[in-house]
Amino acid sequence: MRQSTFAIPVLLAVLGAAGLFAALLGDGGWDALAWLGLGLPALLGSWPLLRR
Amino acid sequence: MRSTTLRRWSFVHTWTSLICTLFLLLLALTGLPLIFHHEIEHLLGEAPQLRELPADSPRLSLQQLVEAAERHRPGEVVQYLGWEEDEPNGVVTIMAATAGTEPNSSHTFMLDARSGEAVAMPAANGGFMMLMLRLHVDLFAGLPGKLLLAFMGILFVVAIVSGVVLYAPFMRKLKFAEVRRDKSTRLRWLDLHNLIGIVTLTWALTVGVTGVISACADLLIEAWRGDTLAAMVEPYRDAPPLTQRAPADELLRIAGEAAPGMRPDFIAFPGTRFSSAHHYAVFMVGSTHLTSHLWTPVLIDARSLAVTAVGDRPWYMDALAMSQPLHFGDYGGRPMQILWALLDVLTIIVLGSGLYLWWVRRRAPRQALRDEVAA
Repeated sequence: MRQSTFAIPVLLAVLGAAGLFAALLGDGGWDALAWLGLGLPALLGSWPLLRR
Repeated sequence: MRSTTLRRWSFVHTWTSLICTLFLLLLALTGLPLIFHHEIEHLLGEAPQLRELPADSPRLSLQQLVEAAERHRPGEVVQYLGWEEDEPNGVVTIMAATAGTEPNSSHTFMLDARSGEAVAMPAANGGFMMLMLRLHVDLFAGLPGKLLLAFMGILFVVAIVSGVVLYAPFMRKLKFAEVRRDKSTRLRWLDLHNLIGIVTLTWALTVGVTGVISACADLLIEAWRGDTLAAMVEPYRDAPPLTQRAPADELLRIAGEAAPGMRPDFIAFPGTRFSSAHHYAVFMVGSTHLTSHLWTPVLIDARSLAVTAVGDRPWYMDALAMSQPLHFGDYGGRPMQILWALLDVLTIIVLGSGLYLWWVRRRAPRQALRDEVAA
């Protein structure tokens, strides 16, 4: 899966979009979906910067 | 990808990014404190603090509040009264010299709905947060500033799309999230730029597009005034100017009956840009999470207090309304605010690394581009 250029990016993009939309619908579980959808990109973007 | 195609996309990506980068850096930097504006206002002591009163204290009527406001700022008129969910005892009051005065010349404060006491809202009228907001919204240049930033936002979106197209050839030989650390600083930052850019794609596109829509708010409101509002107040086109205004007391009850199941968000007084010269406009919002962002105006004749029209919402006003939460990131609790800030910082890094990559590649552009793709 890491070999494919777009497999993981598409998955992240869809999760992110679902999260952004879900939190508009309610609190609690809906918000948690947004935290997952935005948390993964934030994590994946941050850790290679922190690693030496 | 053919090398001419690659060069064309590369050209688009380079120049759309370069033109918008400085503005985007400014937007990302000023946006960072704006994400936490509530918290910062509390820290700076600029959040309105209402007096402690017994829970069953009676409330003043709307007209009494209007009169309290007029006593507080003699010679000015009330433009808007608004309600905030986190301060149920306060009514946000916006006043100015005339009803039609432009927003930046208005004065905002809070009225205690129980005593009529005026409480300052310094952050809404000046100071550090207002400086951040103006730099973020219009560069202190009014509509031209907003439209310039909207154009920069469009360039940003084009830069993102072209960046995604270029991601494919650059990643052909690499695994996802692979960063070449030991070859050269340039390759390391190229891989980081590609990685951070692609994972923040959805967020950056969302904030970019909703930012462009928000920057066009003045145009959308003008369109709404000329189209939907004009149709609703058509019978009043040749009516004589309003001289006697009925008291505001019953507005919320009347609007509540005209739009059952909704709650008031704000009232636009006659002559403001959210109403006509002859109406109170009560802007109601829905009671579900999603519809709480969407406004339905109830137009009430300012002399007879009869309901003239309950507004339909044109699609572009819904788009404008939904752009607010999706741009501010204020609808998913504290964790969402923190993630919003993190993604904002990551965007600053993408912008900065993009600038760096352009700078070091200028000397041997074609050769370097081939190396990067082939490496």
